[in-house]
Amino acid sequence: MPKVTIDDIPIEVPEGTTILQAARMIGGDIVPPAMCYYSKLKTSGGYCRTCIVKVEQGSEKDPRPMPKPVASCRTTVMDGMVVRNITSVENLEARAGVVEFLLLNHPLDCPVCDQAGECDLQDLGYGHGAQETRNDFPRREFEPIDIGDKIKLHMNRCILCYRCVKVADQLTDGRCHGVLNRGEASEISTYIEKAIDNDFSGNVIDVCPVGALTDKTFRFKSRVWYTNPIDAHRDCPTCCGKVRLWNQGEEVLRVTARKDQWGEVQDNEDGSPAWICNTCRFEKKHINDWVIEGPSKISRHSVISANHYENALRNIKADTLKMMGAKPHGVKVELGTGALDPNNNK
Amino acid sequence: MGKKLLLKNDHIPGINTLEVYRANGGYSVLEKALKTMSPDAIVEEVKKSGLRGRGGAGFPTGLKWSFLARPEGVPRYVVCNADESEPGTFKDRYLMERIPHLLVEGMIASSFALGARTSYIYIRGEYFYIARILEQAIDEAYKAGLLGKNIFGSGFDHDLYVHVGAGAYICGEETALLESLEGKRGNPRIKPPFPAVAGLYGCPTVVNNVETIAAVIPILEMGGEEYAKIGIGKSTGTKLISASGHINKPGVYEIELGLPVEEFIYSQEYCGGIKGGRKLKAVVAGGSSVPVLPADLILKTAGGEPRLMSYESLGEGGFATGTMLGSGGFIVMDEDTSIVKNLYTFARFYHHESCGQCSPCREGTGWMERILHKILDGHGTLKDIDLLWDIQSKIEGKTICPLGEAAAWPVAAAIRHFRSEFEEYVTHPERIRDIKHYYRLNASGVTAG
Amino acid sequence: MTSTEDITFNPESLEKVKELMKRYPEGRHKSAIIPILHMAQAEFGGWLSVPTMDYVARLLNIQPIEVYEVASFYSMFNLQPVGKCLIEVCRTSSCWLCGAEDIIDHLEKTLGISVGETTPDGRFTLKAVECLGSCGTAPMMQVGADFHENLTIKKVDELLEKFRVEDKQSRYC
Repeated sequence: MPKVTIDDIPIEVPEGTTILQAARMIGGDIVPPAMCYYSKLKTSGGYCRTCIVKVEQGSEKDPRPMPKPVASCRTTVMDGMVVRNITSVENLEARAGVVEFLLLNHPLDCPVCDQAGECDLQDLGYGHGAQETRNDFPRREFEPIDIGDKIKLHMNRCILCYRCVKVADQLTDGRCHGVLNRGEASEISTYIEKAIDNDFSGNVIDVCPVGALTDKTFRFKSRVWYTNPIDAHRDCPTCCGKVRLWNQGEEVLRVTARKDQWGEVQDNEDGSPAWICNTCRFEKKHINDWVIEGPSKISRHSVISANHYENALRNIKADTLKMMGAKPHGVKVELGTGALDPNNNK
Repeated sequence: MGKKLLLKNDHIPGINTLEVYRANGGYSVLEKALKTMSPDAIVEEVKKSGLRGRGGAGFPTGLKWSFLARPEGVPRYVVCNADESEPGTFKDRYLMERIPHLLVEGMIASSFALGARTSYIYIRGEYFYIARILEQAIDEAYKAGLLGKNIFGSGFDHDLYVHVGAGAYICGEETALLESLEGKRGNPRIKPPFPAVAGLYGCPTVVNNVETIAAVIPILEMGGEEYAKIGIGKSTGTKLISASGHINKPGVYEIELGLPVEEFIYSQEYCGGIKGGRKLKAVVAGGSSVPVLPADLILKTAGGEPRLMSYESLGEGGFATGTMLGSGGFIVMDEDTSIVKNLYTFARFYHHESCGQCSPCREGTGWMERILHKILDGHGTLKDIDLLWDIQSKIEGKTICPLGEAAAWPVAAAIRHFRSEFEEYVTHPERIRDIKHYYRLNASGVTAG
Repeated sequence: MTSTEDITFNPESLEKVKELMKRYPEGRHKSAIIPILHMAQAEFGGWLSVPTMDYVARLLNIQPIEVYEVASFYSMFNLQPVGKCLIEVCRTSSCWLCGAEDIIDHLEKTLGISVGETTPDGRFTLKAVECLGSCGTAPMMQVGADFHENLTIKKVDELLEKFRVEDKQSRYC
C-alpha cells in the first residue's frame, strides 16, 4: 500500500486513493476543504480548485516536487508522496486566492439565503476569506428561477461545482438541466423553462454546496439553526426512506438526506449512497409520516454543528478538551457557535 | 536564405491540387515509408529529429509518440490540432490553405507510425473555407487510393476526416479539443489520464499541431539525423513564424531555428523592418500568451548576447528578462503603441475564451479585463496595478488547463517591463492615448487603398 | 418562431447528416453535433431556435439540454436571430494595432447601429469578435465563410455595397 505524508502525518492508503481521501482518513484540520468534489458522484471534483495542495515530493521513485499546486480530490497518491496543505503558507495563500475568486461575484446575501448556517462557502469564507472584497465592479447577476414547483435556482450564488449536473446524469434518466454559455457567463439552467421532473431530482438540493439550489417547500420558513435535526425513516417504495427531518417542535419544516461529516449523503448498509426520493423530501411533511430514530449527530464545522440537545453540550466539552491539546484555535469556533445557539435555552 | 522544408513549394501554382503536389514529389515520402519502413522505425526517425510540438508547448514529438499506450484490441487515434486560435498566429492556416496535401500526407504517415486506423483534423470553425480545401484534398487522396484500404499496397488502411469546431480558443487545448470532437462543450479534462492513455472516446490518442504533423514528411525524407542538424541545439529544424503588427512585410515565414531576432525583424527577406521607419517598442514573440518583451530585451538577452529565434534563446533569462517561442505568433509593436491597450485586447480575449470550468480563470480573467478597462478609462489607481499583479499570480498555476497561465503571463510581463506606462496612465489620465489607433490607418497610407 | 413540424433538413442535407454521423465510431455519433448545428444554422435562418436545436437533438437521439449546452458554448452559434448579413470584425491585438477600431467605427456609422446590434430592416448585424487568424492581413472581417482582409474604409464601403446588392444570408457552410 502506498504511503503518503500529509502535513507531516504519514498514512498508508489503498492503491488509487486520492490525496483528499487520504487526508480525510487522517481527519482533523489537515483535510483540504472541497466545494465541488463529491465522493458519491463519478467524475466530480477538480473544478473549484479549493482543495489544492502542494506536492513537495512526487513519490519515492520520482522525488521531484510537482511544479504547480494540484487538486487533491483528483490526484492519486503515490508511494512516498509528501504533501503540504495547512503547513504551507504558500498553499494557504493560493487557497485564499481561490476563495476570493469564488466570492468575487457571490452576492453575499446570507441573511436571506436558506443555505446560511449549513453553507460550505460560508464556512470557507470564514476560514480562508479576506475581510473585505477588492472587487469594485458590479457583481454578475441572474434572476432567480423556479425549476419546477419544488426547487428554486439562485444562479447568483452558484459556484459552478457541476454536482447537480452529475446528479442528474447519474441518478436520473433524461437530464434536462446543465451548464450553459461559457466562461464568466456560464450558468446552470434548463435553457427553456422546464421542470426537473424525476423521482430523484430533489437530490440536487442536497449536493449543492451553496444556496443556489434550495427547497421551495422550506423557503424562508426558518433559519436552519432554529430547526432541530432528527433522523427518521419510513418504508418508501422508491428510495431507502432514511432521512433527516428539520423540525420546529412537532412541525416538519424540511426533509433532507442524511449527511456525513463531509457534507455528503451517508451510505446505506450496502454501501450505496442513501439518496432520497422527491416524495420523501417534498410530500412527507407530517411527523406521523415518519418513524423517529432520534436526534441527528452532526459533526460539521458550521453553525448547525452546535446541535441542540442536552447531550450536545457534553459532546462539545469532550471535543473541546480533545482539540485543546492539538489545535487551540478551533475552540473558539465550537464554543462560539454553541453559546450563540438560541435553541440551547429550549 | 534559410532552409525551407515545409514551404519550399508554396509558390508553385496549383500546389494545392493532388496532381501538382505529386508532380513535385508529393506522397513519394509516404510511399517509401509505407513500403519500406516499420511503424516503430518512423517513430524512431521522429525521435532522432528532435522535432518539438509546434503548437506552442514545444514538447518533443517523438517522446509524446512513445508515450502512446498500445493495449491489444483498442483502437488508437491521431488527431490533428488545427484549432489555431492563439492571437498572432496564422501559420497553420497558411500551410493548410496552400499545401493541404502536405498535412494529409503527414497525417497518413503519422497514423501509420502510431497504428491509427482513423484520424481526424479538428479545425476551428472560422476556418470553414480551409476545411473545404482540406476536404477536397482528402477527396482527391481517396480517389487516388492514398486513403482508404491498402494504401500503396502496404496493407495499411486509413480513414481521415475533417471535423470543424464552432468558435472556441480553448479547443486548442488538446483535451478540450477531444471533448469537442466527442460532441461536447470544449471543457479541458482533468489530467491524468493523459490522451496518450485515454484520449478520444477513451482510447489512446496523439494530438499534434498541423505544423508538427507536416514536419514529419521532410523528416522522413531526409532522415531524423539530418533534420536534427538544421537549427540550433535542441531547437531543431525549421519553424513557421506568423509575423504581424507594425512591420513592413507581415506574413508567414519559414525560418531555420536559430535565426537572430534582429535579422528576422529588419531584413528584407523577412519582416522588412518597422512600418514607417518608426522605432521598435516591443514584441510578443510567440503568440498572445507569451510574455511581451521591450525592444532591448527582444533583440539581445540580458547578458548582451544576440537573441535568437529558438526555444532556448527566447527563453533565456526566464520570465524576468526572457519569453517563449510559443506558437511563433510574432507581434511587433512600434514606438507609438500603448502596451496597456494592447494588453487590454489580450485580457478581453482571454475573458471571452475562458471555458468557465474552474474558478480562478472564470472569475479572474473578467476581473483583469475590467481593471484594465478602468485604467484606460482614466479611473485607475496605483493600487489597481498591484491588484492586477496579484490577480494574475493567483490565477497562474491554479487552473485546470494552461489558459490560466496564458491569461496571466501577458499581464505579468506588461507590468514587469512597462510599469511606468501603467503608472503614467493612472497618475496622468489625460495622457492616455485614445483607445483607437486613428493615426495608424492614415499614417500608414492604407486608407488610400 | 417556426413550429417544430416545419423544421426538417432538405433531403440533400439529410444525406449529409447521415454521412457525417458515419465518420465517427458506432455509438459515438454525438460527435457530429457541431457540424450538424452548423448546417442547421445555415439552413434555418442563420440562428438556432429552440425548435431547431430540439430537432438536432432528435436527429442525434440525445437530450435537448445536451444540444443547448453545446450550442451556447461556441461563439459561432447564434441563439438569437441575426441580420441576413452577419459582419464579424476582428479586434484582437494585431487587428487592433492595424486599425480594427476604425473599421468598427466606420461600420457603426454607416450602418447606424452599434456593435452587437442589427439594423431595423434586419439586413445587417455587426459583431466584434476575437482573433480569427488573419493577423498578417489585418484589419479583417469575416462574413459567412469569407475572410475580407487588409481592410480600408474604401474597401469596407465597396463590400457593404456588394452585400446590399447580393442580399444573401451569411452562412459558414
